[in-house]
Amino acid sequence: MRNIFLVIKREYLVRVKKKSFLIMTLLAPLLFVGFYATVIWVALGSVDKKTVQVLDESGLFKKEFKDSETLKFVYVDSSIDSAKATFKASDANALVFIPKNVIREPKGVRIYAAKNVSMDLKSEIEKVIEKQIEDIKLSEAGITHKILEDSRVNVSSETISLSEEGEKTSSSGAATVIGGICAFLIYMSVFIYGTQVMRGITEEKTSRIVEVIISSVRPFELMLGKIIGVALVGLTQFVLWILLTTALTSATSAVLSSRMPKDSPQMQQEMDMIQKGMPNQNMPGGNVENPVAEVLGAVNSLNIPLILGCFLFYYLGGYLLYSALFGAVGAAVDNDADTQQFMLPITLPIIFSFVFAQFVLRDPDGTLAFWTSMIPFTSPIIMMVRIPFGVPAWEIALSMVLLVLGFMGTTWLAARIYRVGILMYGKKVTYKELAKWIFYK
Amino acid sequence: MNIIEVRNVTKEYSNHVALDDVSISIPKGCIFGLLGPNGAGKTSLIRIINQITGPDKGEILFDGQLLNQSHISRIGYLPEERGLYKKMKVGEQLLYLAQLKGLSQKQAMEKLKTWFVKFDIKTWWDKSVSDLSKGMQQKVQFVSTVLHEPDLIILDEPFSGFDPINANLIRDEILELKQKGSTIIFSTHRMETVEELCDYIALIHKSKKVLDGPKKRIKEQFKTNSYFVEYKGNLNGLENNYQILSEKELEDGYRRTTIHLDENTSPNALLSSLLPTVEIRAFGENIPSMSDIFMRSVNEVPEA
Repeated sequence: MRNIFLVIKREYLVRVKKKSFLIMTLLAPLLFVGFYATVIWVALGSVDKKTVQVLDESGLFKKEFKDSETLKFVYVDSSIDSAKATFKASDANALVFIPKNVIREPKGVRIYAAKNVSMDLKSEIEKVIEKQIEDIKLSEAGITHKILEDSRVNVSSETISLSEEGEKTSSSGAATVIGGICAFLIYMSVFIYGTQVMRGITEEKTSRIVEVIISSVRPFELMLGKIIGVALVGLTQFVLWILLTTALTSATSAVLSSRMPKDSPQMQQEMDMIQKGMPNQNMPGGNVENPVAEVLGAVNSLNIPLILGCFLFYYLGGYLLYSALFGAVGAAVDNDADTQQFMLPITLPIIFSFVFAQFVLRDPDGTLAFWTSMIPFTSPIIMMVRIPFGVPAWEIALSMVLLVLGFMGTTWLAARIYRVGILMYGKKVTYKELAKWIFYK
Repeated sequence: MNIIEVRNVTKEYSNHVALDDVSISIPKGCIFGLLGPNGAGKTSLIRIINQITGPDKGEILFDGQLLNQSHISRIGYLPEERGLYKKMKVGEQLLYLAQLKGLSQKQAMEKLKTWFVKFDIKTWWDKSVSDLSKGMQQKVQFVSTVLHEPDLIILDEPFSGFDPINANLIRDEILELKQKGSTIIFSTHRMETVEELCDYIALIHKSKKVLDGPKKRIKEQFKTNSYFVEYKGNLNGLENNYQILSEKELEDGYRRTTIHLDENTSPNALLSSLLPTVEIRAFGENIPSMSDIFMRSVNEVPEA
């Protein structure tokens, strides 16, 4: 027991002290926060207004171009030639010319600018003109503005899940996002940390230190110590990421909100969402019924402690199951280059479960979802996809028991390959050979 | 009292027998040479003593007890293929290895300080192993082998990779450890080392023990009753009970001849028959070298 603890300690410290660990741990949250900060910064930074001159010969758009935060419209009233001349002398950014017969010939609209006109500006202007022409044509056809308003409805359905605890508002959108994120994290960590275990074992084998170590430690203790040590490294990284990201986002948003114009409610809303770690959705104002409250409500409707608990369990379970197999591969070969041939059967089920996850997200209670969340090789990813949608307790329990049995099985198998493999050099190992090792006394 | 008793140990791998009914006794406090050609089964035996693998048949006694986990901390092992964690610092690494052998961090620290002073390697503590030369790494590994003051030290080719100065340093350490009461097992091909250091030897060939016992007795056993003489003059008319095995012209005009005596003739008789004819500079018995013994034992065993 003392030895296994010593091994865990070494494996943990060696990895945590590495520069690459420090960089990854710091860089990931910085990149994450930096990305959002840049998005907001750009949004805030582009407040310098552009002036657009409008020469409206038709007289239909006198009130339609409204000044926005970024655009200022100035109406000019002269012939097009003199307007062009004055435009060149002025510091306006663009000149819009709307001909008299614009209703019949909408293509006659021209935008003049000193430099190229941005897509945003072009589409903004076109939108206003199109809408006005549409309105005019509709009212010519006898459809009033009132009818138009009434015909625009906003449907926002709520999904209610019926269970023993009664009705509960749930949001399949939030469940999909959370399930997807969990599945992805488990998928990534099984790969990253499983490979670390494999590398560590090959390193011990090729540097020949393994013979010294196993003259003091039983091979099984060495293998298990390494697996647990790396698992703790993974947990440390997760915890640090969560803490750092939270700290950085609140700090960044504090800085940004002090720079923000107070009269910009939409910005404020976006900031709120970012503070709460929500994706930055662009909402057309007024069309959605209080979206922030809706998203928050959906998140609250999920059983967060259950999801977190299960995430931890399935991360550890999945990692233990696969890292034992990765470890066996590391022990069987002489160097990293030879690992490829044995990697495939291990990586296939992981990749498959990630692919299955896409289907399960669409049908979280189907037959495929049920079976793949029971089989230990796919359950860590698939079950995490299903849990945010709600899974009966007995299914979770059964899947957990099977996963525990699964990793006990793979660890046993790996230990048998490991103890023979680490002392085997210069031999091209085949599957037949591996099978023989398993049945050695 | 024997520190190690190997009793009828057999070890089989899937396609060959590594050890075939081998029994060896290793007395306490000696330097024991474990000899044999490549692939004879030496490493298999060493791994069994280290409990890296177990025997298929037979048993091993350590200090009178059946070999078990508690003996691990009393053994120090330097494998032939040396290895350390390349990226780990020398100090940390030695502390780790010592702790695995059952020392507390504090004990390990104290003992390490003595060794670092002794070998004058204080500046290495914070260096990565990969920054050390091969010879330096060997030194570090030697320290890790003996740090916990084991009763039994198993050294597989301990001098390979050392320059003569460091080899001497290590040899002196080995002798000092023997003085302190440790038993040392050498596994080696280098017969001069065996000649110089070993008290006992065992020879394994083709998975079987072919020879063992005190070095002196074995040499006695392999004597051929032949004598060499270095002389000036003409060696003629020796009687029939003398048989000349070889003759060599030396650079300074002397000749060196090896003469075999039959069982009933004493060396004195040879001398007295030589004295009248030649001028003798040196005379002595031909003691077989370890290398002769090795070659003869290995070649005598019929091919399986």
